Amino acid sequence: MNKQIHELSVVELLHGLEDKRFSSSEIVKHYLDRIEKYNSELNIYLHVNEKALGQAQKVDEEIKKNGLTKPLQGIPVAIKDNFLTVGLPTTASSLVLKDYYPQYESTVTRRLIDAGAIILGKTNMDAWAHGSSTESSQYGPTLNPWDLGHLPGGSSGGSAAAIAAQLAPIAIGSETSGSIRQPAAWCGVTGFKGSYGRVSRYGVIAMASSTDSPGPIARSVEDAALITSVIAGLDKYDATTSPRAVEPYHQLLKRKDLKGMKIALVKDYLLPSMRTEVKTLIHNAARHLESLGAIVEEISLMDPKYSIGVYTVLQRSEVSSNLARYDGIRYGFDRDLFGEEAKRRIMLGTYTLSAGYYDAYYKKALAVRTKIVDEFENTFKQFDAYIGAVSPGPAQKLGVTQNESMFGEMADVLVNPSSIAGLTSVGVPCGLIDGLPIGLQITGNQFEEVKILDLANLYQQTTDFVKFPKYD
Amino acid sequence: MTNNISPIIGLEVHVELTTKSKMFCGCPADHFGKVPNTQTCPVCLGLPGALPVPNQKAIEDTIKIGLALNCQINEVSHFDRKNYFYPDLSKGYQISQYTEPFCHDGFLLLDSGKKIRIERVHLEEDTGKLQHTTLNDERVSLIDFNRSGVPLVEIVSQPDLSSSEEAKEYLKKIHAIVKEIGVTTADLEKGQMRLEPTVNLNIDGHFTPLVELKNINSFNFAVQAIDYEVSRQTAAFEKDGLEKSKSNKQTRGYDSVKKTTFLQRQKEEANDYRYFPEPDIPPFRIGPSIVEKLRGQLPQLPDAIITDLVSLGIEQRFAKLVYNKPKIMNILNVIARRNDVAIQDTKIDINKLVSLIVNKKIDISGDIKAQFEKLTAVGETDTEKLAALVDEILTQNPKVVEEYKKGKTAVLGFLVGAVMKLSQGQADAQTVTALLQEKLR
Repeated sequence: MNKQIHELSVVELLHGLEDKRFSSSEIVKHYLDRIEKYNSELNIYLHVNEKALGQAQKVDEEIKKNGLTKPLQGIPVAIKDNFLTVGLPTTASSLVLKDYYPQYESTVTRRLIDAGAIILGKTNMDAWAHGSSTESSQYGPTLNPWDLGHLPGGSSGGSAAAIAAQLAPIAIGSETSGSIRQPAAWCGVTGFKGSYGRVSRYGVIAMASSTDSPGPIARSVEDAALITSVIAGLDKYDATTSPRAVEPYHQLLKRKDLKGMKIALVKDYLLPSMRTEVKTLIHNAARHLESLGAIVEEISLMDPKYSIGVYTVLQRSEVSSNLARYDGIRYGFDRDLFGEEAKRRIMLGTYTLSAGYYDAYYKKALAVRTKIVDEFENTFKQFDAYIGAVSPGPAQKLGVTQNESMFGEMADVLVNPSSIAGLTSVGVPCGLIDGLPIGLQITGNQFEEVKILDLANLYQQTTDFVKFPKYD
Repeated sequence: MTNNISPIIGLEVHVELTTKSKMFCGCPADHFGKVPNTQTCPVCLGLPGALPVPNQKAIEDTIKIGLALNCQINEVSHFDRKNYFYPDLSKGYQISQYTEPFCHDGFLLLDSGKKIRIERVHLEEDTGKLQHTTLNDERVSLIDFNRSGVPLVEIVSQPDLSSSEEAKEYLKKIHAIVKEIGVTTADLEKGQMRLEPTVNLNIDGHFTPLVELKNINSFNFAVQAIDYEVSRQTAAFEKDGLEKSKSNKQTRGYDSVKKTTFLQRQKEEANDYRYFPEPDIPPFRIGPSIVEKLRGQLPQLPDAIITDLVSLGIEQRFAKLVYNKPKIMNILNVIARRNDVAIQDTKIDINKLVSLIVNKKIDISGDIKAQFEKLTAVGETDTEKLAALVDEILTQNPKVVEEYKKGKTAVLGFLVGAVMKLSQGQADAQTVTALLQEKLR
């Protein structure tokens, strides 16, 4: 035992608080000290909540009086900077929203606060969530805690790096296509994307509205499940949220084996260009799942390049419309502060929606999206889940995104189809290559959160791939 | 040279729904005269991360308007984003309907029996309002977002109208219908109903360039604007012979002081609004059971009420004046059903009654029967008795008699009035008139 506070999961921290081994103030103070010590180097937090300690002291008084009464009471949490937080700047890592203090609270952070959580600060990301590197942040890139010469992935790179560097016990990210799972994979931590409509988008600065899905980045599947049970569910402020009841996901992780489960290994996601070491790790994972009693079969799905094509058109189109409100009149800064990537996306999206091009691009993309959805529907009639790599390779070096406008799409090619179809998916570490983590995705049908979390949890409990880079 | 000129007129009518809350948020929809920017929230201000949640009542009201206008209701419909920049548009796009509106392909009948086809009835959100003013000696444009997000129904006709009179009749009928079904107060002065005629001419088979007239807020202004356009376009065509093309559509405003239209915008090409399905709002499935339920909630529509009144013997011109006045309608219903004992006793000429009510001769809050009887009572007709009174008046007014004899026959009314007065209202006016005419011959 004798673990330090930053080595404990959320579940362990809650036990500690219950047993009065430490207070919320001690947890928060411990993390604030670590942030103070390491953040200048890693550039994970854009804004640190100066009131965090005061808030923790209040929680401690509550606990003293009534004991633990809320699911996340006293737990510090890092929030991606595209979630609106009252009292903390929210910039989406863009200069256009520099110093923007929101007038209202996002549903996700509102639910976290109501559950007793304390916001540690706001984490760096690709500006407007455009990218998979965090290198397009207009406040400088976040560095990968495993190797400072490498990128953390993105767009939720700050949130993933915060977990890897143990500068937060839990973080919130959002993904439009892989922006939770890919940085989690590159940073060797767990990322969970609920089905589209499972977690409210209200108060999340919109990227591509039809696939945006908030979710946790965590030390473990169990922690991710716990947080999701707090933030998920119907929201009267988001018409796309599902009315399905939210289950206590973390309490439903009960599997001891995978008997009766059929899992697909998607051949087409083992790209010819991928390094054999990555393929080996995925095959190893398949063997492990078999050893737990699952039947694993190789299947063929549509080449993910089509999904990337669909996504590129739909996402750019939605982006061009979603960014229109930052018109230079209302938020204090002019539009010329948009970075290169945002400008590229606005132009491409404007083009694909223009009269005469709409049918050729947007409409066709919608039709192909329907095909992808149909294909998954058929797949899940036969299989409980499919597996594959999260990203074709490990973290890439700083600077590689220069002049690579499709970098993100290539890094997310293997998780993109699941985002397009609104599926639920976990990314978990499954080994290292050259000292850098590789992520395994376990993806299931819409609203099968329990099944996928349960499966991923058993995989994590029966393997030993969760590691943290030395940061002491 | 030009002989055969026929105007081609289509109408777009915007109607603000009088719902309690706005289209996509909980702010009050009643914005008229409110302190600027006091009825706003993240959603209607278009703040980062805010999302629209549709107002079910507004959708139902839109479908009711569609049903009242004999429209088909789309089983699947959705909102679209209409992308354009304007400072009063908080999100940089307006949520509207493009490819799948709630209602389509209806019609409205004019009194002549002419059918005006309705292309679509769709729902969208209103924009904010700009105020151009001077503040601290500086010319400024201020934005009031109270109106931003108020539900707005657009009723689009086919270009089936051929005169400003037809346009006026169409507009008055639309106005009467939306008010009757109770979805809007449709107060034109408050901008709750805005009229946009599209006008061009067919001159001997040549079509003049299309003109869209924007944001007119009175039926008479619409008539004047259309009439002005007809003569302006006729003159323009005689001068330049320019015909309608894709690139010469104009947007014009109406100046109600000068009674002229003026150029606002020449469209080089059709505006590209880059419509695409609104991803923040799932599509709607509106099945037959919902449609029938809403149809069942529709009240009797103005034309049907008027037809009923006419069948009771009331002239159409009176029927049109009283059908939407609940108090009068109550009285007529009572008489029609003959269940009011006091009135039942008398044989009431219902058309005469309505005429007297319309002309405000009868105070409808008073005793209707007594007033009616008094007003329609036949007076003294005994010519011998009346002759004495007539003679007296003629003797008293020699100058008037002289004027009459010189040909100024209009003075007869004065003399009749004088005799009536003398008889304390008891004389029969017709008899008096006949007597006077005879004596003055």
